[in-house]
Amino acid sequence: MAQNGRPRLSENLSNSQSLLDIRDLKVVYLTARGPVRAVDGVSFAIRPGEVVGLAGESGSGKSTIAHATLRILHPPALITGGHVLFNNRDILEMGEIELEQFRWSNIAIVFQSAMNALNPVMRVRDQLLDVMQYHGIPKAVASEQAIALFDLVGIDPQRLDAYPHQLSGGMRQRVVIAIALALKPSLLILDEPTTALDVVVQKDILHQISELKEKLGFSIMFITHDLSLLVEISNRIAIMYAGEIVEKAPARVLFDQPLHPYTLGLMNSFPSISGDKHRLTGIPGSPPDLVNPPPGCRFHPRCAQAMPICSQEAPVTRSMSDSHSVACHLYAEV
Amino acid sequence: MTQTSSDPMLNTDQPARKPPILDVRGLTKYFPIGTFVSNRLVHAVEDVSFSVRRGQVVSLVGESGSGKTTIIRLIARLIPVTQGEILFNGIDVLKSEPRQASLDYRRKVQLIFQDPFASLNVVHNIEHHLARPLIIHKKAANRSDIHDLVCNLLETVGLNPAPEIARRYPHQLSGGQRQRVAIARALAVDPELILADEPISMLDVSIRMDILNLIDDLKAKNDISYVYITHDLASARYIGDKTMVMYAGHMVEGGPSEDITRNAMHPYTQLLLSAVPDPHAGLRTDSGVTVRGEVPSLINPPPGCPFAARCSKVMAICRQEIPGTSEIDSEHWVRCHLFV
Amino acid sequence: MSAKYEPLPTYPERQPSQPTRRKRPISTQLEFLRSLMSQPKAILGLVIMAIFIIMAIAAPVIAPGDPGRFVARAHQPPSAEHWLGTTGQGQDVFMQVVWGARISLFVGFTVGFLSTLLGLIIGMTAGYMHGVVDSVLNMFTNVFLLIPGLPLLITLASFLPPGIITVILVLTFTGWSWPARVFRSQTLSLREKDFVSASVVSGEGSPFIIFSEILPNMLSLVVSSFFGSVTYAIAADAGLAFLGFENVNSVSWGTMLFWASNNSALLQEAWWTFLPPGLCIALVSFATTMLIYAMDEVTNPRLRSEKEIIRVLKRFRIGSKRSTPVVREPFK
Repeated sequence: MAQNGRPRLSENLSNSQSLLDIRDLKVVYLTARGPVRAVDGVSFAIRPGEVVGLAGESGSGKSTIAHATLRILHPPALITGGHVLFNNRDILEMGEIELEQFRWSNIAIVFQSAMNALNPVMRVRDQLLDVMQYHGIPKAVASEQAIALFDLVGIDPQRLDAYPHQLSGGMRQRVVIAIALALKPSLLILDEPTTALDVVVQKDILHQISELKEKLGFSIMFITHDLSLLVEISNRIAIMYAGEIVEKAPARVLFDQPLHPYTLGLMNSFPSISGDKHRLTGIPGSPPDLVNPPPGCRFHPRCAQAMPICSQEAPVTRSMSDSHSVACHLYAEV
Repeated sequence: MTQTSSDPMLNTDQPARKPPILDVRGLTKYFPIGTFVSNRLVHAVEDVSFSVRRGQVVSLVGESGSGKTTIIRLIARLIPVTQGEILFNGIDVLKSEPRQASLDYRRKVQLIFQDPFASLNVVHNIEHHLARPLIIHKKAANRSDIHDLVCNLLETVGLNPAPEIARRYPHQLSGGQRQRVAIARALAVDPELILADEPISMLDVSIRMDILNLIDDLKAKNDISYVYITHDLASARYIGDKTMVMYAGHMVEGGPSEDITRNAMHPYTQLLLSAVPDPHAGLRTDSGVTVRGEVPSLINPPPGCPFAARCSKVMAICRQEIPGTSEIDSEHWVRCHLFV
Repeated sequence: MSAKYEPLPTYPERQPSQPTRRKRPISTQLEFLRSLMSQPKAILGLVIMAIFIIMAIAAPVIAPGDPGRFVARAHQPPSAEHWLGTTGQGQDVFMQVVWGARISLFVGFTVGFLSTLLGLIIGMTAGYMHGVVDSVLNMFTNVFLLIPGLPLLITLASFLPPGIITVILVLTFTGWSWPARVFRSQTLSLREKDFVSASVVSGEGSPFIIFSEILPNMLSLVVSSFFGSVTYAIAADAGLAFLGFENVNSVSWGTMLFWASNNSALLQEAWWTFLPPGLCIALVSFATTMLIYAMDEVTNPRLRSEKEIIRVLKRFRIGSKRSTPVVREPFK
């Protein structure tokens, strides 16, 4: 560990100590109809240099986890339990000032739509410099670093003086990535970074991110609903449903041997462009209401393999093998 | 520019029978920019031709800005055509009903929109949405008949219990349910052709297949033809008999869906295929074409093939002339100078 | 690393696509009214408005007699007999205020209704039709918008016979263009929505689309605009009357002000002759403004969520912070 508590980027990957350790995180939204349990006891860890994918549909809570990690959720959201340890410092215990220094230099986030993150009336250069200067980098140094950053993400540094609307969608997303990497964080959270982009640009951006990861050595939390994307780029994947993690495994293992019925259903929802054509079924029903989630297993109303116990007791997460765990009564220890 | 249908499927040696339900020839649409007379035009759709036979699903694949949504709106006659012909059951509707689409056309051609939340009016309940087309096209005589038909339609698209759903308002339904209502609305008038503009892209992943399967079932049961628009090659292959690939307003390749996905000829189609994440193909480290560059501007575009700026196999002629149609085999055609 | 799960209270079995609340679905408009009625601003505005309307309607009961009648000596301060004193002409101020409400409110609401109606017709036609029709109507509207209001009012009023009809006509004539502009732009934007295109594809005719699809979506805007016009009309009517353009023998709040000015009420220190009518005008404007604010809050989701945020912060005694608060108490 370096003196200031930040890990060196060349940290040995075999160091099993986690970079980010989320334990039993609970987030609630207070609405007029009652508290919505958006995240209800989620635990997972990200090791240095690892890519962890978080897959789920709308209402699964995956974006909420990302925002809660950085504590950028707005009221009526409340974090009601758990710990988010980053290099053994609990982010949930940090005060306002500590958080302002902590954010961006340790963990940065890339949002879904670049236009949400970029100020339309400021030149891109100024937005980049703004971030760096706020964290104490003097202007001259920041200007040089800005050019280097643009180079790094593959934009011609001459475009630094453009306004966001003068750039294409792909380029805007690269700008957002450049801003995220400005302070060389050790963890980069990507919240549906390519959903709004065309598939060709998407591949380009993902390729770029892979290269950057190799070069700079940061870890990635990749959030998306597109499971097929995750299988390509993640080391490990966690599947979320209705605020809980239902299955966790290394990417290839998950793809070859999905255990949880929801995972199976998800995989059965993506037609492929190769392989044989057969009828896909998807998953019947719709995501549950999180003010009154179904009792027992939250997935049971939509599960083809539901048993009586599924509507009575919530399943406990069980490790099936080294690093493959699932929360389902089908695999409960007898 | 005389343009016979560039769709070779018409020119097969099938005996002369009924014309295709939809035959689009040389469809072109330019949008002027700025006020009054300006010579800046957005070339949204350029010389597109294809046809749809009865009971067939044609997938139109393209990224944003490729012109696919504009084509749908042109065929649905929501916006006027700049140039070209739209033949419906053999009759050029742009000539037979030049100013406004006839009620008959509006019965036979229906449209499903991309955004399930925007295509229903929040101030009206579901029954109203389904009853209006029935009333306009005189499908029923009185209120109770209409109500019965409405419940029937809701059951057909899998919304139960029908009477209860009919009383609800759009904000009380989920995205998937709203899209089913949109499908029911399109079905209400017994159409012959349904134009579907990315009907599943805004839905949750796990319910997309259900909707696609519903569309498929209805095609078989009611003998409805579809033009299905998407940016996703995989779903185009899943549901489409034929696939047409669009780029920057031009149609660059077309043919049976299997052929396109297995044997793509046009460099753009190949680029698209390589960019689709496919877990079945195994983990790829870095395969396929990595082409930098973005879709070109559609405003007063330069002459020649639209893909010339990004094509790895570009030749001099590509920047001068738009390529004509070349047949790869009986049903698979491409517009590329590599094959002329 | 197992996730502990707390047992939830029991609840009835629920199918995935059931509505979670009421049994009978409630229409969007009723929903809107309900949330409007629960706003304190709306209640305040309605109560004040109701008081004045009741006062106007029940004038013969509350203050029987002819308000223009000479009853006592001029400029008497408020007393037990004459609650608000007497005017410079020896009339009872209280009776005048009560009866004057009739004309003022009548003019206000009529002008509000007429200018909103005219604005709707012209604005929606222009917005939906596009092309030449739109250009012509739009230019027409803009001309009226640009003409300075007060001079036009005075000019028109000065060569038309004085009276209520004149005032109503003149105020409508100068007041329709602003609503027309607002309705036109809202129609323009609603016209591009998918559900309108869906109606067109279903074969729906233009008039039906305008009235049945687009107009209901503009409900809150129309009501806000109506109240805005009412506020404008009441104040402008008072202004015109004050300048003497109304029939000065009729009794309205504006004419009361006219006479008060004529009788040098300020010099006489007879505050009771101009304060009551002025206050009434101000209160009615206040009421309509409250209603407009309440409607803004209901229709603008961002304003609503800000209130929710403040409520949440207060409940958990958290100061306003930028970071997500962590509150580790179980609730319920």
